[in-house]
Amino acid sequence: MKVALFSTCIVDTLKPEIGFATLTLLEAAGCEVSVPTQSCCGQANFNNGDTKGARALALQWLKVFEAYEYVVIPSGSCAAMLKIHGPSLFSDDEALQLRFKALTQRSYELSAFLSEIACPVFEQEISTATPASYHDSCSGLRDLYIKAQPRALLAASNTVELTELSNAEACCGFGGTFCVKHPEISCRLADDKIATLEAADTRMLIGGDWGCLMHLKGRIDALNKPIDVKHFSEVLASAIKGAH
Amino acid sequence: MSTAMNSQKVGFRPASQTALNNPDLQQALARARGGFVDKRQIAIEALPEFEAIKARAKAIKDHSLDHLSDYLIEFEENVTASGGQVHWAQTTEQANEIILNICNEAKARKITKGKSMISEEMQLNAALEQADFEVMETDLGEYIIQLAKETPSHIIAPAVHKTKAQIETLFDQFHAADLPSNRSREALVSEARLRLREAFLSADVGITGANFLVANTGSTVLVTNEGNGDLTASIPDVHIVTASIDKVIPKLSDLPTFLRLLGRSATGQEITTYTTLFTGPKQAPDEAGPKAFHVVLLDNGRSEILHSEFKAALRCIRCGACMNHCAVYGTVGGHAYESVYPGPIGQVMTPLLNGLEGSLDTISACTMNGHCSVVCPMSIPLTDLIRQHRINAFTQNKNSLIERKGLGAWQWLSLHPRAYCLGTALSGRAVKMLNAWPFLQRFTPMLRGWKTGRALMRAQGTTFQAQYKKRRQHEDTT
Repeated sequence: MKVALFSTCIVDTLKPEIGFATLTLLEAAGCEVSVPTQSCCGQANFNNGDTKGARALALQWLKVFEAYEYVVIPSGSCAAMLKIHGPSLFSDDEALQLRFKALTQRSYELSAFLSEIACPVFEQEISTATPASYHDSCSGLRDLYIKAQPRALLAASNTVELTELSNAEACCGFGGTFCVKHPEISCRLADDKIATLEAADTRMLIGGDWGCLMHLKGRIDALNKPIDVKHFSEVLASAIKGAH
Repeated sequence: MSTAMNSQKVGFRPASQTALNNPDLQQALARARGGFVDKRQIAIEALPEFEAIKARAKAIKDHSLDHLSDYLIEFEENVTASGGQVHWAQTTEQANEIILNICNEAKARKITKGKSMISEEMQLNAALEQADFEVMETDLGEYIIQLAKETPSHIIAPAVHKTKAQIETLFDQFHAADLPSNRSREALVSEARLRLREAFLSADVGITGANFLVANTGSTVLVTNEGNGDLTASIPDVHIVTASIDKVIPKLSDLPTFLRLLGRSATGQEITTYTTLFTGPKQAPDEAGPKAFHVVLLDNGRSEILHSEFKAALRCIRCGACMNHCAVYGTVGGHAYESVYPGPIGQVMTPLLNGLEGSLDTISACTMNGHCSVVCPMSIPLTDLIRQHRINAFTQNKNSLIERKGLGAWQWLSLHPRAYCLGTALSGRAVKMLNAWPFLQRFTPMLRGWKTGRALMRAQGTTFQAQYKKRRQHEDTT
C-alpha cells in the first residue's frame, strides 16, 4: 500500500517527533511510506479570510499528493481543512474540484487511517500503563468525528490508562492565530482544561493536533505544572517493536 | 429610570480583558455555563426525533425567507382582518417614531415592556424616555439591568452576568431602605414582583416582542417563563408588538415544530411556561384585552441580508444555544462584544447591523471550534458565516497590514519549496535562538502574543522533512 505522509507545517517545523512516530506506525502497519516535498494545507490563510492564498496552497497540496494511493495526516484540523473546506475553494473550476475531492476521499487523519485502513501490531511489552487523559481537538471531533478511534488505538497499544475529562470536548483556546490575537482568553481556556486535568490527577495529556497541544504545553510549562503533553502517535509508536 | 445604551465603547479586546479580570462576572458565568449546557443536553437526549424536527424547521424557515414578502403581506392582511394594524419600518429611527406616535395618540404616560431584542436594536427605551414616557421593563432580568442602567449580556438571560449578591445590593438601593441582608432568591423575586404588579396595573401601553409571526392567522407568538409578557400585553388599552421581518412563518400548524426546538435549545425546557398567541385587539365576546393592537415590523438591513451570503443567519430563532456553548462567550460574557447580539450569532449579525469596519476585533474572537454550529437548532453554519466576514474583511483590505503581509509571506514561502525548507529550517533555529537569548523575543510581534501566558516551545532546530531526507540518505549509503 503506497501511502504519502503529509506531516503538516506545524509538525514539520515545530515537532518532527510526531512525523517520525507517524512514519513508524505506518511502516509497522505494512505501508510503503513516502514523504514528498511539502508545506502547508492553507488553513491559516483560509481561517483569516485569505481564500486566494488558501486556494493556492490547496492546489499545491493536490499536485504534490495526487499520485499517491493514500494520504495520511497526523492532525484533525489540517485533515478537516482539506476534506471539509478544501473543495469549496475550487467552486470556480468543476474539473479541479472533482480531482481535489477524489484526493481528499483517499486522505485520512492518522487515527482514522489506522482504524479503517491499516493497523499496526502493538508488540512492545509494557509493564504498567501510564495514567493519562485525552483532549478532543475541535476540528477533528466535529468535522471528522474523531473521538473513538484514538482511544481504541491507545487501549489496544496497552500504553496508557485513560481517565476521561469532563471537558474533553471543550475548546482548549488555541484556534490558530486566535491564540496570539486574544492570548488572555486563549490562556483562560487552557487553564480550564488544566484545572480538570489536575482534578483528575493525570500527569499526561494526549491529543491528536500539535497546534492545540503546543498551546496547552506552553501554558502548562509557564505554570510549572508536572503534566506531560503527547501526540497519540508518539504514545502508540512507543509500543511498536524495534521503533526508535 | 434610564437605560444606558452604548455607554463608552472600548473595543472587544480591552473589554474582554476587563471581563476576564472581573471576579463577579466570572462567578456568574461559571454558574450559568453548566446549567444551560447540561439542561439542553438532557432535553435533547430525551427527544430522539430532534434531528428530524431540526430538518423540518430549517426547510420551513428557508421556504418562508424565499417567499418573505408574500408571507409578510399575508400576515398584514390577517392582522388587519382581526382588527389590528401593521406598521412598516425600514430603520430603527422610523420604528421608534411609529411607537412614539402611537403612545402620544393614546395619551399614554406609563409604559410596560416585555423582553424584546428588537427594541434593544432600536434603543427604544432611550427614545421613549427622551419623550418623557415612564418605561418599566417587566422581564425579571430586564428589570434588573434597567435598574443597573446596563444592557442585556445574553439574548434570553439578560442579567446572566450578575451574581445574586449584586442583585441584592441593587434591590436594596431601589426597593426599601431597611431590608435584611442575605435574603433568599424567592424573597428577591417577591420584591420585584410587587413593583412589577403596580406597573402592570397602571400601564397605558404595553410593548412586547414576538418570537414568531404567523402569516395565515395574523398572530404574534410570545414565549416567556414569567408570564410578564401576558400581563404587559393584556392589561393596558394599547398593545404594541415589535418584531423583525424575518420572524414570519407561513402557518399556525408550523409553529409546534419551532416551539419544540426553541425551549429545549434555550433552557432545556420541553416547552416554556407561557406560550401566547396574540391575534388582534379585544373582540366580542372577550372580557379583557387591549383596545388597540399594533405590530411594528422592522427591517433594519434584513432585506439586504436576505440577498447576501449571510441569509442563513435570518433563520435564527434567538434561543441562545450558540452563546451558551461558545468557549469565548463563556470566558468573557456578553458585554465584551459591545453589541445587542453577543456570542456567535452576534459575531455574524453585528458586522451586518453596525458595519464590518468596527467589528474586526469581534470577528477575530472565534477559535473556529464549530460547537455553535453543531448546537444551533436552525442549522445556521455560524462558524462559516464568521469566516465569511473575515473573507470579506480580507477582500476589502480591512484587516491589519501586518496580518495581510504575514499571510502573504506565508503563502509565498509555502509555494516555493526551497524557500520553505530554508525558511522553516531557519525558524526552527530562530526558536532555538529565542530560547537561548530571550531579549530577542521583544522584536517578534507574533511571539509577544504567544508569550502572554505561555512558555516558548523547545524546537529541535531542523524540520521533519530535513531530518527525514538525511535519514534516507544515510540508509541509502549504508
